[in-house]
Amino acid sequence: MEKPENEMTNQRRDFLKNAALGVAAAACGSAVCSCGKKEEKESGEKVVLLSPDGELVTIDSSHLRQVHKTVGVSREEARHGIPGRKFVMVIDLARCKNARKCVSACQKMHHLPEEKEWLQVRLMKDSPEAPPYWFPKTCFHCDNPPCVKVCPVDATFKRQDGLVLIDTERCIGCKFCMAACPYSTRVFNWSEPEQSAEVACLTYSPETSVPSKVGTVEKCDFCPDMARQGELPDCVTACPNGVFYFGDENEDVVTNGDETVRFSDIIKDRGGYRFAEELGTEPRVWYLPPKDRLFPVERGLEGLPDDIRNRYKDVLGE
Amino acid sequence: MMKISAAGNQVLKTFAPQMERTTLREKAWIAFLLCVIGVGIYALYLQITVGHTVTGMRDNVVWGIYIANFIFFIGISYAGAVISGFLHLLKIEWRKPIIRIAELITVIATIIGPLFILLCVGRLDRLHHLVLYARLQSPITWDVLAISTYLAGGVIFLYLASIKDFAIYRDSTDLHLSKWKRRVFKFLALNYHDTPSQERGIHVSMNLMALMIIPLAVIVHSVLSWIFGMTLRPGWHSTIFGPYFVLAAIYSGTGVLIIALYIFRLRYKLEAFILDKHFTYLGYIMLVLAAGYGYFTFSEYLTDWYGSEKWTGQLLKKLFSWNEYGGLFLFTNIAGIILPIFVVAVPALRKPKYLAMVSALMVLAMWVKRYLIVVPTLETPLLPIEDIRPEYIKYSITWVEWALTFSGIALFLLLFTIASKFMTLIPVSEISEMAEENIQTKES
Ligand code: SF4
Repeated sequence: MEKPENEMTNQRRDFLKNAALGVAAAACGSAVCSCGKKEEKESGEKVVLLSPDGELVTIDSSHLRQVHKTVGVSREEARHGIPGRKFVMVIDLARCKNARKCVSACQKMHHLPEEKEWLQVRLMKDSPEAPPYWFPKTCFHCDNPPCVKVCPVDATFKRQDGLVLIDTERCIGCKFCMAACPYSTRVFNWSEPEQSAEVACLTYSPETSVPSKVGTVEKCDFCPDMARQGELPDCVTACPNGVFYFGDENEDVVTNGDETVRFSDIIKDRGGYRFAEELGTEPRVWYLPPKDRLFPVERGLEGLPDDIRNRYKDVLGE
Repeated sequence: MMKISAAGNQVLKTFAPQMERTTLREKAWIAFLLCVIGVGIYALYLQITVGHTVTGMRDNVVWGIYIANFIFFIGISYAGAVISGFLHLLKIEWRKPIIRIAELITVIATIIGPLFILLCVGRLDRLHHLVLYARLQSPITWDVLAISTYLAGGVIFLYLASIKDFAIYRDSTDLHLSKWKRRVFKFLALNYHDTPSQERGIHVSMNLMALMIIPLAVIVHSVLSWIFGMTLRPGWHSTIFGPYFVLAAIYSGTGVLIIALYIFRLRYKLEAFILDKHFTYLGYIMLVLAAGYGYFTFSEYLTDWYGSEKWTGQLLKKLFSWNEYGGLFLFTNIAGIILPIFVVAVPALRKPKYLAMVSALMVLAMWVKRYLIVVPTLETPLLPIEDIRPEYIKYSITWVEWALTFSGIALFLLLFTIASKFMTLIPVSEISEMAEENIQTKES
């Protein structure tokens, strides 16, 4: 991609008060973008930014984009994983109130349109008598991944550090992995993905999963690009209730940003379990049962837009 | 000069006009087929340029009617593979008049089947990745290997069985062929002149191919079923899926063969060669297969239902309930199992006309069954769908998918029509070698 003369990149994080999200803003003139995407309208709202050379510049806010602050590693390197690591996630169901901050943070980080959710919050009810509870669901990055087994071209693969990633530049879009995944984790780009010209111009890496590509499969990637920077995935930091703990099984620690605990202890003390253990897929995501909950389940329905609330109709028996 | 018997000559005469020129009626027929295919090409163009959003497939039902068509076409290809392969090895004399039609069905259906799987692929521009990065663990790779070998086997078998005929067309003075056609036949006949060693060569290779094509056919439909069987989904993850699919394939192949024989007998007045007994014998084969298929179906659903696992139960509820797939499911069992058995079992109904009719119903039922294997399972994920977009909850076939489906059928018929311009639909050489008493010549 050509560089515009007055390009502004890498703004200071604190400047945008986005430190918690661990993202940086990059402004990139869409007019010079070589991807042939249509130009966006200016919003008329101006923002003052500090350029890397210490100058203050004013740009239109429509040119502001939050992007992964990292450039992903090469496609080849992304296949190996981060040496010595074994990523693991623990999700505390007792704390979730369907605030959906994880969903929007994930969408923002990966430039996903609103209807595309790599991370979903489901309302579960295990049996008619059982109480309903909120169930955030990421990709489980299984140790025995059914999706990886069936891929005919090795486009989706399992890494040393436990992650299951997709190389969407190799994927042929046969969707076999989607049929094979028992957790409905994967989403397909049925037509040209909705993303801005700047995003479409970014250099692709399986570690950032950006940009999306038509006719290929994508899913939650556990943000390994953030891990390389020593930072937590966005869903973890965005959650106001500390539901998500992310960490390393080798080091036996997980953290939700506020609290750092031993992975083995929290699983032992809180009765951690993996979803649908009987399938033998060996997920790397553990759940803590929704016991002594912080919020009643109804709290999660408050203020939900209708289209999202209606998803839960069947479970609520409405 | 190849020698042919009186009966052989009669076959040649029947098909000569067909091979010599194309009548207006045939041209209209071909034009009609091309129109249907044209609409399909437009639909394909939309699917490629607009995206797969023009189909009914979405994130839950990631495969739809295309995969059902794929299984269906590969299924009917068994008409030749097993009928002619098996009957050839058993040296069953009555097979001779019908093998050409059976083998043509095999080759043409095997060409068309894989086209449908390509329609499900999101990135046709990356098909070469299947070879470049082939992974042996994937059932799709098994399919690519098995189907390409099977197609090659089918073509070789058809070709070997046709060499003598090509030599006959080349030499025949009764056939008024255009120069280029005769040259084509001269080339295809490979200088065959009926010498004992040539004769033996063809005989031995035919036997070998027949031996090979049977296990190959079994492998093809088994690995095809394993695309489903290897996943963890209810209705798919079944140990009997391999044999179940193989049997279903032979069964539907037999049905299509009966229909084809009936149509060609009417169209070309082949009563002298395609006898009522052919229909009766094929009917018996169909009866045995129907019983076997019924047994597999019963065993599959009984086991699933009796075990009453929650996830499986959700699927069965859809298959058995009237407002979902109950009607279709019942149809597949009545038209696909009970009716064929009934029609063959009752002597008064065991007539070509009724057999052809019940075969048509059965073949349709088998197509519906494939649909019922693919779609309801995909609509029943482990975590119930929480979505409000109707197209993500329930699959419905769009006009694009229908257009491409009918194009596939049209292409099948078109290739058959083209083949009938280049060969007699009944092998002249085989008829010539048949004992006179097995043929009802016009005089008798
Ligand atoms: S859709 Fe892509 S990633 Fe999934 S199995 Fe097919 S090629 Fe592999």
